[in-house]
Amino acid sequence: MSIITKLALAAGLATALSSGALAQDISGKVIGFSQIGSESGWRAAETSVTRQQAEERGVDLKFADAQQKQENQIKAIRGFIAQGVDAILVAPVVATGWDDVLTEAKEAEIPVILLDRGIDAPEDLYLTSVASDQVLEGRVAGEWLVSEVAGEDCNVVELQGTVGSSPAINRKQGFEEGIASAANVTITQSQTGDFTRSKGKEVMEAFLKSSNGGADICAVYAHNDDMAVGAIQAIKDAGLKPGEDILVVSIDAVPDIFTAIAAGEANATVELTPNMAGPAFDALAAYWADGTMPEKFIITESKLYTAENDPAGEYERRKDLGY
Amino acid sequence: MMRRILTPLANPQLIALVGVLLVNWLLFPNFFRITWQDGRLFGSLIDVLNRGAPVAILAIGMVGVIATKGVDLSVGAVMAMAGAVAATMVVAGYPAPVAVAAALAVGLACGLWNGFLVAVLDIQPIVATLVLMVAGRGIAQLITEGFIVTFTDPVLIYIGTGSFLGVPMAAVIAIALMLLVTLLVRKTAIGLFIEAVGVNRAAASLAGIRSRMLLILVYGLSGLCAAVAGIIIAGDIRGADANNAGLWLELDAILAVVIGGTSLLGGRFSVPLAVVGALIIQAMNTGILVSGFPPEFNLIVKAALIFFVLVIQSPLASRIVPVRATAREAHK
Repeated sequence: MSIITKLALAAGLATALSSGALAQDISGKVIGFSQIGSESGWRAAETSVTRQQAEERGVDLKFADAQQKQENQIKAIRGFIAQGVDAILVAPVVATGWDDVLTEAKEAEIPVILLDRGIDAPEDLYLTSVASDQVLEGRVAGEWLVSEVAGEDCNVVELQGTVGSSPAINRKQGFEEGIASAANVTITQSQTGDFTRSKGKEVMEAFLKSSNGGADICAVYAHNDDMAVGAIQAIKDAGLKPGEDILVVSIDAVPDIFTAIAAGEANATVELTPNMAGPAFDALAAYWADGTMPEKFIITESKLYTAENDPAGEYERRKDLGY
Repeated sequence: MMRRILTPLANPQLIALVGVLLVNWLLFPNFFRITWQDGRLFGSLIDVLNRGAPVAILAIGMVGVIATKGVDLSVGAVMAMAGAVAATMVVAGYPAPVAVAAALAVGLACGLWNGFLVAVLDIQPIVATLVLMVAGRGIAQLITEGFIVTFTDPVLIYIGTGSFLGVPMAAVIAIALMLLVTLLVRKTAIGLFIEAVGVNRAAASLAGIRSRMLLILVYGLSGLCAAVAGIIIAGDIRGADANNAGLWLELDAILAVVIGGTSLLGGRFSVPLAVVGALIIQAMNTGILVSGFPPEFNLIVKAALIFFVLVIQSPLASRIVPVRATAREAHK
């Protein structure tokens, strides 16, 4: 057994033990969760993962769906305060207007944790915020591509998200940072696919036509998996092999992209984890155990998945989460 | 003789279409190159036909509605519903023809419902169809339970991505529908009835036209066309995306009809020119995509071009530019 495997095993064991220990710390606690709603598959997955995490840790989770309305969220938080819950998780629908209700929670001495989105409010009104780093997601995708092409020239076409949306801006910036060091990797065309499959397919069709039938394209980078799925179909229609003739890398890690990776039609995806609640529960456990103040901004891992990470298994694990 | 063939072609819509295509060709020299690949035609021009087909099909249905002084805002939502119904049914194991028939039936029912609201309850069309525009997408989301329902059914996929004699199936369906509806309205009296109801419903009724039945029929056709478009775009991405399928396409369809010279005040209408209008819109979209402009400019470029097309068609322009005048004289 090599030293690396031993270390990995030891680390795995340590994580298992520590999470086991934490699970006991917060069992029996009542935690309220004010979710935005279910506007996307990812959001639905976040809800089901939060429920799972709560169940594993023996937390009594009070769930409130705000149906995309801030007033419903504020009502839900006031309800949680009135019930005297031990902590409150909020996925805020908008950035402003939280000061009053969070002050009420603070006066009731109930810690509040923000999930996956930030707010414009004094930082002492909440314990911590758990979110992904969208720039990092783009950078991980870019760095993967640089190492994959290993010095060979590579023309990348980019399928952007909705123009002006923060994931589109950040994931574009991150990817550009990721490939900045490699002069051989350049973005030759970039257009918006509005985060949808059909637009992703349409834009990719146009890119293929304007790049010598696709012969001049080495890779496609999509700001989300849905556009990548559309692009894969366009590449196939053009008589090329996605994953071989044209590399496909995208972000989100939704179940359907794992089907494509398992079939060799997509190469890599960077996970936007729906498990925002896990780190939040860990932070609460540490806070309640010995008063450890967590960092103000907890950044979730942006994990890269390729064909080596058991894509078929990942599909099975995710398909029932509600994506 | 030559003149008689050429004059109908010399209308502002076709000139605009040719103009947009020429601009595309200047921006991207290979725009007109069409090759044969895997048993089908392959090229940007084919993309324009293929991608323009759903809006063209919506416009074919929409044109009759607008000619009666109405408007159908629900077509985008009906597309989402039809796609959702077809996809969930094939996933549940029903044979594709049954799923397609059910989706078409849903579209027709939605259209008839709109027609009922407009013709029988006398609700203003924009309000009546707004109901389904909002509710329809919600119903589609209920059907798919918020997921993108993906399927592998070969028949549905063929409708969306297959080709017939090398031409994309979507374009074939659009052309067939255009011919069918054009024959229906121009070789029978139906077209005349639609125009009569559009100009003055009360007068048309007094003249003996069953305007109520006619209105229900045109809205029904619009719903049916929306369902066809919905099945096509679901087949195209091999899945029903209730959140995004057909989103805002009702506006593209209305624009296509208006570019096609149909008056929003009812009366005058043309089915083939509405299809040309849809092709103009798609030629612009495809042109923007192959031109390599940054995406921030998409909407500005599109707005500027549409403004241009509408100016060409305006009554003022027709007085200055003689093309249209000669066409008019030829009609006399």
